[in-house]
Amino acid sequence: MPTMVIKNGHVFDPLNEIDGEVMDVFIKDGKVVEDLTRADLARAEAIDARGKTVMPGGVDSHAHVAGAKVNAGRLMRPEDHIGSVRQRTEITHSGSGYTVPTVYKQGYDYSAMGYTTVFEAAMPPLEARHTHEEMRSTPMLDMGAYLVLGNNWFLMRYLHEGEVEKAAAYVAWMMKAHKAYGIKCVNPAGVENWGWGKNVHSLDEPNIHFEVTAREVIHGLAEVNERLGMPISLHLHANNLGHPGNAEITKESLEVPSDVVPSQKMGVEWAETKLDPHRAQSVYLAHAQFNAFGGTSWRDFESGAAGLARYVNKADHVVIDNGAVPFGPATCMTGDGPSIHDLYVLAGIGGQKWSNTDVELECGSGVIPFTYLKGNPISAVQWAIGLEMLLLVEDPWKTIMTTDHPNGGVFTKYPQVIAWLMSRRARDATAAECHKWGYDRSSLGGVEREMTLFEIAILTRANAARTIGMAYRKGHLGEGADGDVAVYDIDPENFNPADSDEVIRAFSRADLTIKDGMVVARKGEVVAIPEGRRYYCKPEVDEGLAKDMMADVREWFKYYTIGFANYPVPDKYLRKPEAIVVNGAEGGW
Amino acid sequence: MVLTRKVRLSPKGEIEIMIEAESISPDTFAGKSEMEIGRLAVWQGPREAQLLEFFEIDVTEEETGDGVSAVDILIDGDASRVKRIGQRMTSGRIEILGSAGMHLGSEMAGGEIRVRGNAGPWAGMNMTGGLLEVGGDAGDHAGSAYRGSWRGMTGGKILIHGNARSQLGGGMAGGEIVVGGSVENFCGIRQNGGLIVVGKDAVRGVGAEMVGGSIVVLGRIHQFTPGFGAAGSEVDPTIGDRKIEGRFAKFTGDYAISKSPKGVLYAREAMI
Repeated sequence: MPTMVIKNGHVFDPLNEIDGEVMDVFIKDGKVVEDLTRADLARAEAIDARGKTVMPGGVDSHAHVAGAKVNAGRLMRPEDHIGSVRQRTEITHSGSGYTVPTVYKQGYDYSAMGYTTVFEAAMPPLEARHTHEEMRSTPMLDMGAYLVLGNNWFLMRYLHEGEVEKAAAYVAWMMKAHKAYGIKCVNPAGVENWGWGKNVHSLDEPNIHFEVTAREVIHGLAEVNERLGMPISLHLHANNLGHPGNAEITKESLEVPSDVVPSQKMGVEWAETKLDPHRAQSVYLAHAQFNAFGGTSWRDFESGAAGLARYVNKADHVVIDNGAVPFGPATCMTGDGPSIHDLYVLAGIGGQKWSNTDVELECGSGVIPFTYLKGNPISAVQWAIGLEMLLLVEDPWKTIMTTDHPNGGVFTKYPQVIAWLMSRRARDATAAECHKWGYDRSSLGGVEREMTLFEIAILTRANAARTIGMAYRKGHLGEGADGDVAVYDIDPENFNPADSDEVIRAFSRADLTIKDGMVVARKGEVVAIPEGRRYYCKPEVDEGLAKDMMADVREWFKYYTIGFANYPVPDKYLRKPEAIVVNGAEGGW
Repeated sequence: MVLTRKVRLSPKGEIEIMIEAESISPDTFAGKSEMEIGRLAVWQGPREAQLLEFFEIDVTEEETGDGVSAVDILIDGDASRVKRIGQRMTSGRIEILGSAGMHLGSEMAGGEIRVRGNAGPWAGMNMTGGLLEVGGDAGDHAGSAYRGSWRGMTGGKILIHGNARSQLGGGMAGGEIVVGGSVENFCGIRQNGGLIVVGKDAVRGVGAEMVGGSIVVLGRIHQFTPGFGAAGSEVDPTIGDRKIEGRFAKFTGDYAISKSPKGVLYAREAMI
């Protein structure tokens, strides 16, 4: 097993309150240790990180990288692949695709940037097999997937009837059946209405047939989540996404689970950290940018980020990721079918291609190619909102940096987003190239804040890991953590964050990406192909309760077009599974 | 005095698996010796091969009194199993005595390609300039946008003396395509600029989803595209700088895709 010492680097490890100190990082048998014995040191691979930045391996807590809608994006966009081709090497596969790369390319590209862990943001239960198949073929990364449950028939019935315990038992079974990691809630109550060509636009409209409201779904799922003690809190894609003025409903939605107390009951060993590695939030808002719109129409469209950020600053039960818009080609894909239709109507001059799917009894999905242009007023404001959402929220432990890949932009643009966060001059320079709405209709132009490398480490690994319940092993370099490390060619003592080209260069190609104590990429070149772990949860619930719930499931299963026996994902779909026992006898704090 | 470099490629025999030979281009050949040209890389399936495995190469130089220094390539046999000839070329000339494989002159920006035989599918794909002339027939997607995209040909000229197949000029935004013979389906689909002239018949879908540019069909359109509206008739219409003789019924469309489309379709009155 790999043993290694990374010497004399400037270490940024926020969960251990290490802010650029020059020190050594020791890894034994793939895990971080405090020290190595003389004998271990003699056989350890020694890495000289003098004058370099050392961070825990990057953690992406929200990206669309595996499953049916991602593949629909690949299939409908051959033009996305022709210009973006990766040649095979002795050890790597070939690959192609810019906004929706093939699975291999995805793994290599993340690894090149120093990322070691990526979570798929939306796995419809019926598409779980497909999602696991793609994850199984994704190299380099540890992964998991959130299960889309916000418009699930079984849950809507239980929650409407106030059967929270049965709902929890159902969620527990679903996590095990589909080898899923957390609860994702997309446009609660609204996607079900989309089956009838409608949507919901407020928290208290009962939806068709189930007569459940978004408020009931959000609160119910948050309660279920904490009753089980899941690693990640409820992960919310709020209602009215992409509509001017939606910042208001976003605030209201975040307020709904404010009385739910976070509780992680995971049967795992926690690596050592100075800060509490448990999450503090009961709701994690996805891609805040798309839900922080001001104005009332596209004519008076403006940023609503300041108001939403004010709310987040006061609310200690909320974490957001931003879903930045770094400009350029994107492929919008979401379980929020109606929002894709809205975008098609908005952008589809001359009938652009798009797709929409109903996932029976469960959810929906949509895909549409989209390009964010600097000269476009809406795109310019969205760019500003994405950055405002990170810069206006004072406590970095409430924020995570994403592009909601590939919705706001591609994950390979993360270094560009970092450059904007670290330098006001970089933002001003981009604003000067943008439509004037960028600064005129947001507060970004007045924001002085420039993030430090320490804060970037919070936003790109430490808090991403903590928020999703992975800090027991990821996002830091405390004793017992996975030996996942990124070494960047940045000397903090001789570094000008305003030099965007330099920031982008350094973060685009990590000097070294280390996974489980093994160098897997060197200056962006993949040198080893580890098989990633696939995390999922195994929540335990009362047997009697589970039996009652299963009786309901079997009865209602007649509405599915597939047989019950074919529903769960067999074990063979996961090559290196890591089941986390939740709510078990030995769990708890 | 200027120097014209003449490169003769003589096929050595049957090519089993088709080769991808975008290196056959005046831009690439410029300044190279026979040996250097022979060593240029081509792909044959997963195998990286060299041009000299498939062609005898002969380079001569000729001085002429005027004009510009150029590279003339002559393939003096059949190249129907050679793909991507002249891809992205910007200047010079290529002449092929036989037929050419897929992607002939795709993305070409300048210069001339003349093929005496047929051209495979995707000839002149996403072309931006230059001249591509096909003596025989062309395959599907001639002068079209790449699959999945509707940003196609923006400039240059394609002349096809024989027939073309489906999706001729798909997504075309500029330039000119003239077909002497007939076309099959969806000629000028998603066109938004430029001119397509079809000498004989079209099967169906002519101008489907077009919002700009012009299509002239001199023969018969077997199944007319439904989203077009009649806009009178014209005698000897002039489109751009080209005058086309005859009495034409004029249509605008495609109203299926836009409320105010600028696409114009001319059909010969005698054929309606």
